[in-house]
Amino acid sequence: MTVAVERPEETGTDAPGPPPRTARRPGRPLVMAAILVLWLLLFAVLRGRHTLSLAAADLTDLHRWFNDVNDSIGADRNSDPLFLYFFNEIRLVVDTLVTFVQELISQSGAGRPVPQIGWLGVVGLAGYVSWAVGHWKVALLAVAGFTFLGLQGLWQESMDTLALTLSAVLVALLLAIPLGVWAGLSDRVHRIVTPFLDFMQTMPTFVYLAPLTLFFLIGPASATIATLIYAAPPAIRLTAHAIRSVPTTTVEAADSLGATRRQTLTKVLLPMSARTVVMGVNQTIMAALAMVTVAALIDAPGLGKTVVQALQSLDVGTAFNAGLAIVVMAIVLDRVTTAAGARQEAARHAHGRTAAWRRPLLGAGAAVTAVLVYLSHTYVWAAEFPGEGGVGSAISRGADTVTTWAQDHLSGLTNAFRDALTTGLLNPFQTLLTDSPWWLVGAALIALGAVLGGWSAGLTTAVCVGLLVGTGLWSDSMTTLASTVVATVLVMVLGIGLGVWMGRSALVDRLLRPTLDAAQVLPPFVYLVPFLALFGATRFTAIVAAVVYAAPVVVKIVADGVRNVPAATVEAATSAGCTTWQIVTKVQLPMARSALTLATNQGLIYVLSMVVVGGLVGAGALGYDVVAGFSQGQLYGKGLAAGLAIVLLGVMFDRITQAAARRTSA
Amino acid sequence: MARHWRAGAAGTAVLALTLTACGGAKVGDDSAGSGGSSGSGSCGTFNLAVNPWVGYEADAAVVAYVAEHDLGCTVRQKDLKEEIAWQGFGTGEVDAVIENWGHDDLKKKYITDQKTAVDAGPTGNKGLIGWYVPPWLAKEHPDITDWKNLNKYADEFRTSESGGKGQLLDGDPSFVTNDEALVKNLKLDFKVVYAGSETALIQAFRKAEKDKEWVIGYFYEPQWFMSEVPLVKVKLPPYTDGCDADAEKVACDYPEYELDKIVSAKFAKSGSPAYDLVKNFTWTNDDQNTVAKYIAVDRMSPEAAAKKWVEANRDKVEAWLK
Repeated sequence: MTVAVERPEETGTDAPGPPPRTARRPGRPLVMAAILVLWLLLFAVLRGRHTLSLAAADLTDLHRWFNDVNDSIGADRNSDPLFLYFFNEIRLVVDTLVTFVQELISQSGAGRPVPQIGWLGVVGLAGYVSWAVGHWKVALLAVAGFTFLGLQGLWQESMDTLALTLSAVLVALLLAIPLGVWAGLSDRVHRIVTPFLDFMQTMPTFVYLAPLTLFFLIGPASATIATLIYAAPPAIRLTAHAIRSVPTTTVEAADSLGATRRQTLTKVLLPMSARTVVMGVNQTIMAALAMVTVAALIDAPGLGKTVVQALQSLDVGTAFNAGLAIVVMAIVLDRVTTAAGARQEAARHAHGRTAAWRRPLLGAGAAVTAVLVYLSHTYVWAAEFPGEGGVGSAISRGADTVTTWAQDHLSGLTNAFRDALTTGLLNPFQTLLTDSPWWLVGAALIALGAVLGGWSAGLTTAVCVGLLVGTGLWSDSMTTLASTVVATVLVMVLGIGLGVWMGRSALVDRLLRPTLDAAQVLPPFVYLVPFLALFGATRFTAIVAAVVYAAPVVVKIVADGVRNVPAATVEAATSAGCTTWQIVTKVQLPMARSALTLATNQGLIYVLSMVVVGGLVGAGALGYDVVAGFSQGQLYGKGLAAGLAIVLLGVMFDRITQAAARRTSA
Repeated sequence: MARHWRAGAAGTAVLALTLTACGGAKVGDDSAGSGGSSGSGSCGTFNLAVNPWVGYEADAAVVAYVAEHDLGCTVRQKDLKEEIAWQGFGTGEVDAVIENWGHDDLKKKYITDQKTAVDAGPTGNKGLIGWYVPPWLAKEHPDITDWKNLNKYADEFRTSESGGKGQLLDGDPSFVTNDEALVKNLKLDFKVVYAGSETALIQAFRKAEKDKEWVIGYFYEPQWFMSEVPLVKVKLPPYTDGCDADAEKVACDYPEYELDKIVSAKFAKSGSPAYDLVKNFTWTNDDQNTVAKYIAVDRMSPEAAAKKWVEANRDKVEAWLK
């Protein structure tokens, strides 16, 4: 879900653009229109033939083969040396780490009824560490945030979540930073690693939850590893990116001074990329928190469990309360790591000036923290968070009231909106995709890909179409494709509207940004129940959930693009007498075109990452297949194939939009 | 210099706090409320899988409560889906699943083939699966509860998802279902639409009853939601032995399931008193619904709900402990 990290930075550094083509070709929009018209004509004639549809319980040979592989792994797990000496060892190490962190802050152990460090110690540590790596403002935020978690009545759950997140992030960074450095230094490694990272981030987590418990058993180890698979890629990407963007002149200067490769790395490359690496750590933490509710499905302790359990009895209030705790924790961790990144930067520029009095202060802080930790280790009042969590029950009552009101008063309106959009846009589009012969849709997709993104994008599309047919889930893939495209259109409409508004006004930006952050981090499981009440169990509910999840990223990117339009240009347009509308449509948006294509790319990928959640609320198709595969043994292979199909759709979208972005900005 | 002063003040404050706090209860003191479990017998740790529906949660809460308080076991409840819970039998991570719905494929795989699990007898609960309509609908159109009349109303059940036919709403993919075959073989003018989760299904029925909407869908009993909205079951052609043998040709109702308990083979041989408890545990649908209602409707914690029921039904609990 956090694929947002790799922006096509190359666009700016590209060669001055291809020489103008000699032969005049028809414009791109014209070609695309021609393809669409041809498709519609053929659809009218060939409708309903070669649609490759497959009923919900039917399997293909590929699916059965996946099942057999899965079963034989399960049967061999006590005798296979690969298990005894490899997976079991990994599991043991990860398990020990997680258990250690848990006993430190969240679970009773070692003969104690409470963890080693109680709430007072954790709050003190959080404050002190935030202050040491950032500044006193974030320290205050950290203390306030963590105390709020306790007041919500969710101290223990929050600490479980924190323990799991910290363990997963720690292991992820141990692997990710060296790998990122390597990928930063070597083009070949970079090329090999990138598709794997794409895969790790787009493969729905539901698909590998069941196999993970097969490999690493049920328990915190599996949950940590599931989180780690999803959370490591941003850190790898950003580390590689940071190493790559160190100016070549600096590296050459170091070389000419006779620095060894090792010295160049440790003295030049790493310090200069520290800020971006910290950003990678930040992204990894955010991704790990996004996995909290999903990991709860394989018994990961913590806030996710509260959300999932509350959903079973449709208890919106409790789910919201726990979701809010995840948001609070995410905001604290985000601000602290961002501040740490800024300090890295500042430390490079201003050396020594502040260090003189900083050191004794840090020492004093450490002593205070040590006392707090000792107190919380020894005394019950400092170990167990006092109070009944009254804030939490007030929050959940409030959330209940708001949802009930919305359900009672808005559902007529929302149903009308849903029906209009479904019959007017979604159904015809889906029919076109699912009822056309597969080869016609495939050919149209390839042609569109080639026109938009060039030959290589066309080739990628062709490979993806071929593999999609191979998964045996063509029809479901097309249904999902239809919803995804409609959701992306809505995301773009919303994203451009809000993004332009935010980009033009600093005040709006400041007001909207926290809401956007919250919408990105709040587990989608929390708003499923209210959305179900408003829109019923339909594809549209899934689309709305995807829009809520994907719009914030798009809004942020568009706002960024609009803000980066030179002020002089806007002033010139204003003095030429342009209206606001004209400035937006004729100056700011066209000049922010590369931001818009990037936003479309990210919007599509974020929407796609919600396909599985959509499967839980009536979207059917691939999302349902994945969830079914996680739930039923005989559908496991089909679920895996559906997961692969989602990845293929993602790769296809990503390559076409990236290539298109490069073309428009070239 | 202000910072020096601030840190100093904070330090002094903490020191003062330490000194005054000396009177507080220490961790590990008896007064610390660690609740040292009395009679910690030979039970040891009991790993209980908790599958994700409230009825199961009720079973688990009661068994866990009795195991902890009467047998002194340390109960570890693990939230897992069925498939994954069964996987845990072989690896020793799960000792018992205490509400199993059919799952003949899993029984074959883990009991017959891998021999890692054994059957521990029925829970006493009768599981009903079928098609249900909200009460207002059954009241206004009494004939709707017979499948033969469904086509007459197909138009009313149409939604944006059902492509011109009536919509039959199906739920969570882990539920046992023959609905697609049933619709085809009974020649019904309906389309199965997958809600994808029990949450979605319950929300649909809840709203249908409140706003008098037309909904027909898959549901099951025992289920806490029945005590909020007593859904009415639609009659399908009666179940006869073997009428569902061929999944493609099913044209009869679902059988009545005897819900049962499955335990790991190791646990069955361990001699743990928790195993005897699981084996002896039986209760009725009403019992389960009562506890499930405490949890889902009255928002009690599962432990509190279990405690309330156990204290009111001591005689039943005693029978499990013999």
